[in-house]
Amino acid sequence: MDPAPLDGNSLAGPLAGLFATDVTLVTGRCAHCGDVSVLATCVVYRHPMGAVARCRACTAVLLVVVEHPAGTRVGLPGLAWWQGPAAATTTGAVAD
Amino acid sequence: MSSWHAAQVVRTEPLAASARVLTLAVPGFAGALAGQHVDVRLTAPDGYQAVRSYSLARVGRDEVVELAVDEVRGGEVSPYLVHEARPGDRMEVRGPLGGYFVWRPHDGGAVQLVAGGSGIVPLAAMARARAAAPTSDAPFRLLAAVRTPADAFFAKELDSTEGLTTTWLYSREAPPASTRPPGRLTLDDVTAHAFAPDVGARVYVCGPTGFVEAAAALLVDAGHDAARIRTERFGGA
Repeated sequence: MDPAPLDGNSLAGPLAGLFATDVTLVTGRCAHCGDVSVLATCVVYRHPMGAVARCRACTAVLLVVVEHPAGTRVGLPGLAWWQGPAAATTTGAVAD
Repeated sequence: MSSWHAAQVVRTEPLAASARVLTLAVPGFAGALAGQHVDVRLTAPDGYQAVRSYSLARVGRDEVVELAVDEVRGGEVSPYLVHEARPGDRMEVRGPLGGYFVWRPHDGGAVQLVAGGSGIVPLAAMARARAAAPTSDAPFRLLAAVRTPADAFFAKELDSTEGLTTTWLYSREAPPASTRPPGRLTLDDVTAHAFAPDVGARVYVCGPTGFVEAAAALLVDAGHDAARIRTERFGGA
């Protein structure tokens, strides 16, 4: 039985080794349906191989994280873009 | 925050029929915020590893991790943590993690917590952090949906935490004195017990996916601003 899905909050650990900021606060646009949401709110399926993050609106695969001893590999097959959190909440981030 | 810390079980306490509190000693673990989680990694003698995320039940003490784990039947990790782990057992912890589902004492303003089952754990950490912050006078309310009274984690404490008003809602079996028939969370429950929308409370909802989606939809129906509602869904196993 596969475990029940989690959400993007659970990606904080797997992605922590790759990005200087907490990526779960990043806003992204689904390349498939256009839904714009904070990564923390996407639907995440965790498997022993890694985590698959799907769009909360259309279930398209947004991002895949595989933690490997040689390094963490991230695929972003379904994101049109990412935008960092506002500068007021995270120093050094880009605000629009 | 990205590296794995060696952790050792130092205490276990029963919490409910299928749940318990585990306290881990974790050298190097520091600075956790209420609402954050950790990843726990277990390694079997043959090298097989399993990783699960668990919310912190309490924050404020560095190098100490307090988890409240509910057993997921047939799961790979939680039955071990709930029934077998003993003081001295070793595992690994990564964290504290997550900057989205957090409450900081200087945030200020009213806070509405909405819990489904063991989703109460990170919300209890927020209520405890608020009680421990001498400067915080933010009013807190907690709507806690549980199956039966025996499933209410931290009930005595949350019923008497300063600054917090807790309402327990039972889905399967209510205490004899309860006037509300057992059932799922309804719009009437939200209207009767949650802050009114014009208070502008920050809202934190945590529980299984179905509960979180239903509760968030009811809150929006009740007039709450969707932009002020933060959610965390858990799976378990």
